[in-house]
Parts: sequence; C-alpha cells; structure tokens
Amino acid sequence: MSSILEVSGISVTFDGFRAINNLSFSIGPAELRAIIGPNGAGKSTFMDIVTGKTRPDQGSVVFGERSLNCLRMSEAQIARAGIGRKFQRPTVFEDQTVTENLTLALKAPRGPLRVLGWKKKPVDQSRIEALAAQVGLGDQLARKSGELSHGQKQWLEIGMLLAQEPRVLLVDEPAAGMTLAEREQTTAMLVEMAKTRAVVVVEHDMEFIRRLNCKVTVLHEGAVLAEGSLDHVTRNPAVIDVYLGRG
Amino acid sequence: MKQGILAKNPSVLIFLAILALFTIVVTFGSEAYGAGFVSTSFVKTLGKTLCLCLAALAMDLIWGYAGILSLGHMAFFALGGYLIGMWLMYARTEEIVVAAMAQDALPATAEEIRQGIATQIFGVVGSSDLPVIWHFAHSLPIQLALVVLVPGLLALAFGWLAFRARVTGVYLSILTQAMTLALALYLFQNDSGLRGNNGLSGLQNLPGLGDVGQDRLSIWFFWASALGLGLAYVALSGVVGGKFGSVIRAIRDDEARVRFLGYSVESYKLFVFTLTAVICAFAGVLYYPQAGIINPAELAPIASIYLAVWVAIGGRGRLYGAVIGAAFVSLMSSLFTGGRVPAIDLGILRIDWVDWWQVLLGVVFVLVTLFAPKGIGGLFDLVLHRRSPDRKGAPLGPEDSALREKEALE
Repeated sequence: MSSILEVSGISVTFDGFRAINNLSFSIGPAELRAIIGPNGAGKSTFMDIVTGKTRPDQGSVVFGERSLNCLRMSEAQIARAGIGRKFQRPTVFEDQTVTENLTLALKAPRGPLRVLGWKKKPVDQSRIEALAAQVGLGDQLARKSGELSHGQKQWLEIGMLLAQEPRVLLVDEPAAGMTLAEREQTTAMLVEMAKTRAVVVVEHDMEFIRRLNCKVTVLHEGAVLAEGSLDHVTRNPAVIDVYLGRG
Repeated sequence: MKQGILAKNPSVLIFLAILALFTIVVTFGSEAYGAGFVSTSFVKTLGKTLCLCLAALAMDLIWGYAGILSLGHMAFFALGGYLIGMWLMYARTEEIVVAAMAQDALPATAEEIRQGIATQIFGVVGSSDLPVIWHFAHSLPIQLALVVLVPGLLALAFGWLAFRARVTGVYLSILTQAMTLALALYLFQNDSGLRGNNGLSGLQNLPGLGDVGQDRLSIWFFWASALGLGLAYVALSGVVGGKFGSVIRAIRDDEARVRFLGYSVESYKLFVFTLTAVICAFAGVLYYPQAGIINPAELAPIASIYLAVWVAIGGRGRLYGAVIGAAFVSLMSSLFTGGRVPAIDLGILRIDWVDWWQVLLGVVFVLVTLFAPKGIGGLFDLVLHRRSPDRKGAPLGPEDSALREKEALE
C-alpha cells in the first residue's frame, strides 16, 4: 500500500533535549492509526513537525502522490495541501458565530484578494448547514461559538476540520473532556472519516483506542517502540515496561 | 444573499445619515454658504476632525480588527501631507514667481522660473537648488500617485520585514514607533529636501484659486473630507463585514489556529498594514491643506499614540467606535487647549486646562482600558441589549486558547 504521509528519520533537539530521535512513520491514504506513548514521548512534537510548526534537525516529511516536501512549506501551505490538525483543547474563534467559524474553514481559495472578493453562494450555505447538522450544531448556527459548551466546541472544531476536507487528519486526544455518549459518537465519526482519508489519533485512553480497532504506534523517547494491533503492542514487554506497567 | 451591504449593516446607513446631516448643518451655518454661525476657522477644525476620523478608521481596521497595534500610522498620514504639500507649495510659488517675473523686460525662461521657485522655497534652509525628490512636484497627478506609492511601498517593505520575521505584539508596536521616529528625525534635517523643521507652509492657498476666499475653500475641503470619510466607511464596512473581516478577526484572536486553517497570516497582515497606510496617507492629503502647515513634528510618535487612544476610547473593533472616539477626543482636545474653558482654582493648585488636558486624557484612557474596554461604542451595546458571552473563570493563556479556568476542570 502506498502511503500518503511518509515521515522518515526525523530528529529534533530542544536545548540539548532530544525530543524526537530518528523517528519514522507512514500511513496509507485511507487508514486509521492511533499513537500512544507516555508524556514526553514526543507525540505533540511529532504533530508539530508534520504540520510545519517545528522544523526537524534532520529527516524528511513527504506528503501526497506528488511527494510534496513538507519541510519546505509554511504551516499555511501544509494546511492547504491537505493536512488538518485538531488540537487537544477546542480552539474555535469565540468571538464569531458558528457559521463564521465554519465559513473560515470551508475549502476555498485562501489568498487575501480572493477572500476579499469571496461571496457566499447557496452551495456554500447548504454545505455549512450540512456540516453543522453532522456535528449536532444545526440549530446553533447564529450563536457565537464562545457561548457553546465545551463539548459543543469540540464538535464545532471537528466540523471545521471536515469543512477543510483534509487528506490527512491529525487528532490530538479527541475524547478528552467528553462524556461516554460523546465518545462513542466520536469513535464512530473517526472510523467513518478514516474510510476516505488518513486519520492519526493521539490518545491516552486505552479503552477509546480499543474501540477504534486500528493499528497502534507506540512512541517512547522520541522514537517508535512498537507498532501493530493493540493486543500485539500490549503484549510487547518493552511497551509494558515503559508505558503500560507504569500506567 | 441578495441583501446589499447597506441592509446587512444598518449602522452604515445610520452613519451616512448622520454624516450627511452634519455636513448640511455645517454648510448652512458657514460664512460662505449660509447663516455664518460657524466660523471659517471652526469649519476647518471640523474638516480636519473628519480627516482624523478617517485615519482612526484605518487604525481600527489594523488594531481593532487585525489586532496589530501599530504606533506608526500617523507617519503615513504625515507622508501623505508632505506629498500633497510639495505640489501645493511648488505650484503656488510658481504663480508668485511668474507674476513677479512678468514685470521684467525679458520674458522669463523655464529655467529661470524653476530657479526662482527653488530660491523662494529653499532660501529658508540656505539652499537654492531643488532637491531630487521635488522632481515631480510640479504635477498634481504624479504627486497624487506618489501619495499611494510612497506610503504604500514603505508600509509594504516595513511590513514584509516585520511580519515575515513574525514580530508580533508589543515588539511590533515598538518597531512601528521606531519607524515613525526615524522618519521624523530624518525630516528634521535641513538637507532632507523638505525644509527641515520649517516644514511646508502656506498649504491653505490652492494654486489657481487665489481669488477664492478661505471661507469657501474651507467648506470645499470640509465636503471633500466628509465624502472621503463616507466612502471609506462604506468600503471598510464591506471589507470587515465579509469573510475577509472574519479572517482578520480570527488572526487577532488566535493566529496560529488561522495558519492551520491554511491562511497565510503574514500576507493578510501585510495587506491590512499597507491598505491602512494608504488610507492614512489620503487622510493626510485632505488634512494638511486645511491645517495650512506641516512639519516633522507631525511624525512624532505621540501623534500615532493619540490615534490609538482615540480608537481605544471610541471602542475598537467597530468602525463607528473609531469615528466617535476620534471626533470626540480631538474636538474636546481643541476645546480644552483653546484656553476658553475656565480654570479650576483649588487654592493650592490651579487647574489650567491647557496644561491639564493631557493629564485628563491620560486618566480617561487608563480608566477606559481598565473598566470599559469597549469604549464609547460599548454604550450602544447597552442600549441594544447586546451582551458578550458571560464566561466565568480566567483565560488560561494563549496556548490553551479557548479554554477558561472553569471549563478546563471538567
């Protein structure tokens, strides 16, 4: 299977601390993958590198069929190429309505002049309404997103990600702060999304990962410790030692 | 989606109505066209105030909407003034020189006229050569084009360097202030080519309109200023009301998130910075012929800080707030510094408003910042019962973005 995102041999050092150490990772165009690892294993740094926020000291990040070199692109260019990111905490624009938030995320030209001349067409409006309905905010379109509850903001952010139509989706602890019912809904949505795109989920919650029922990558000290099914990695003595045993 | 911009923004219609009413009242009260209860000098003050409102609109766009606290925008305002001033002074001096030389026996050559103009303008700084930068001063269209080009390119170059290096927040404010200070210090030099600290003067006399009195000219400029303000208000309402406004407000609130949505934050900042610089330059073009004189002190950092104070007091993040702030504070300023407000005698201390006005303004600014961050514009929210979401708990800081203390515990 060809991969849509190929990370090979990246290393990054912060003030002498080696956060990522010769890490390689690849994911197929329609695959769900979970990344686990103890705190400080480099999960967030890994996401920062893929999305262009942090530059690695060495290694390469290659995306898509045209083999785009992500290390030469800005965050915005990477996002436009099709790598979306969901932060652990909901980051929506509080001062703007649900509609405005979704409009911002909607796939459309991103340059200042094109945006200046942008007019909302009926097809855009119906897309926004459909997205809002999909994430359960169909009746909240006119509300300022700052007024939404924590869970609703998470959903709005997921809606914004869907609106971006990314080909690779990096999701940081999607289940954090959600109720049981919301978690189930999130699981179903992630599995559904992974049918058409690559989805990388960083998560602590083992129960949640079990429900995702996908391949798991275990990170430790900035490198891949084990990879395989959840049962496979949880049997691995090294994994038990550094992660599960302490958990 | 068939709604026009006016229907979507009722405030635009109200604003235009008030501006039109104000213009009509002043016109019919003026000495030239009406009853004469508004003196010519006061018409000029009002016209200048409208120009300051225009600059405040630009400041609101860059600070209130895009969140970039530029403390250098009055530099662009003054640059606009200098560029139009060059033409006004050149063309006016040309008239005088030509008239003077008409007495001579031999008809003056173009070179003689040019020399005469140079001596007239630059005698004050001990020079009789026309500096290179005055090369196009004889042509109004070229000088007007330069009004767009010079401040525009300066803003573009400065903004490109600053935004590309991701200079933000207070560092950017300091940088913009350094820019305006450097420009002012340069212009203070006699060999800067713009008459050093003498500046350009006599700008109230329009070339070719020598027989039109100041009473009529002042009203014409007042109209032009009102028109400029009205047009800019409508245009900027369109800009901030659409998706573009949504993007720049998002940049103000969380620029990293905007990057991950695929927007090039730096291009947007550069666009807004340059656009507002050009708007300020045009405001300066309308302002200085009414002021009559421009000198490098106009570029002092304090002028740009005043601009920020007006917008803060008026209420940033809403266009009418900026206009109200600029109009209110600058009119109060001319009232208090005009020496007609009676001093308050406290026995040990005599509060003479000419000196104490700045103290009062400073106190008001601090109070507004602390207790009424929405400024005067916030009063409209009270009237309209529009409230911001009441969210308990302190923000967790920029990294944690949307989350507040209480919600984080859930």
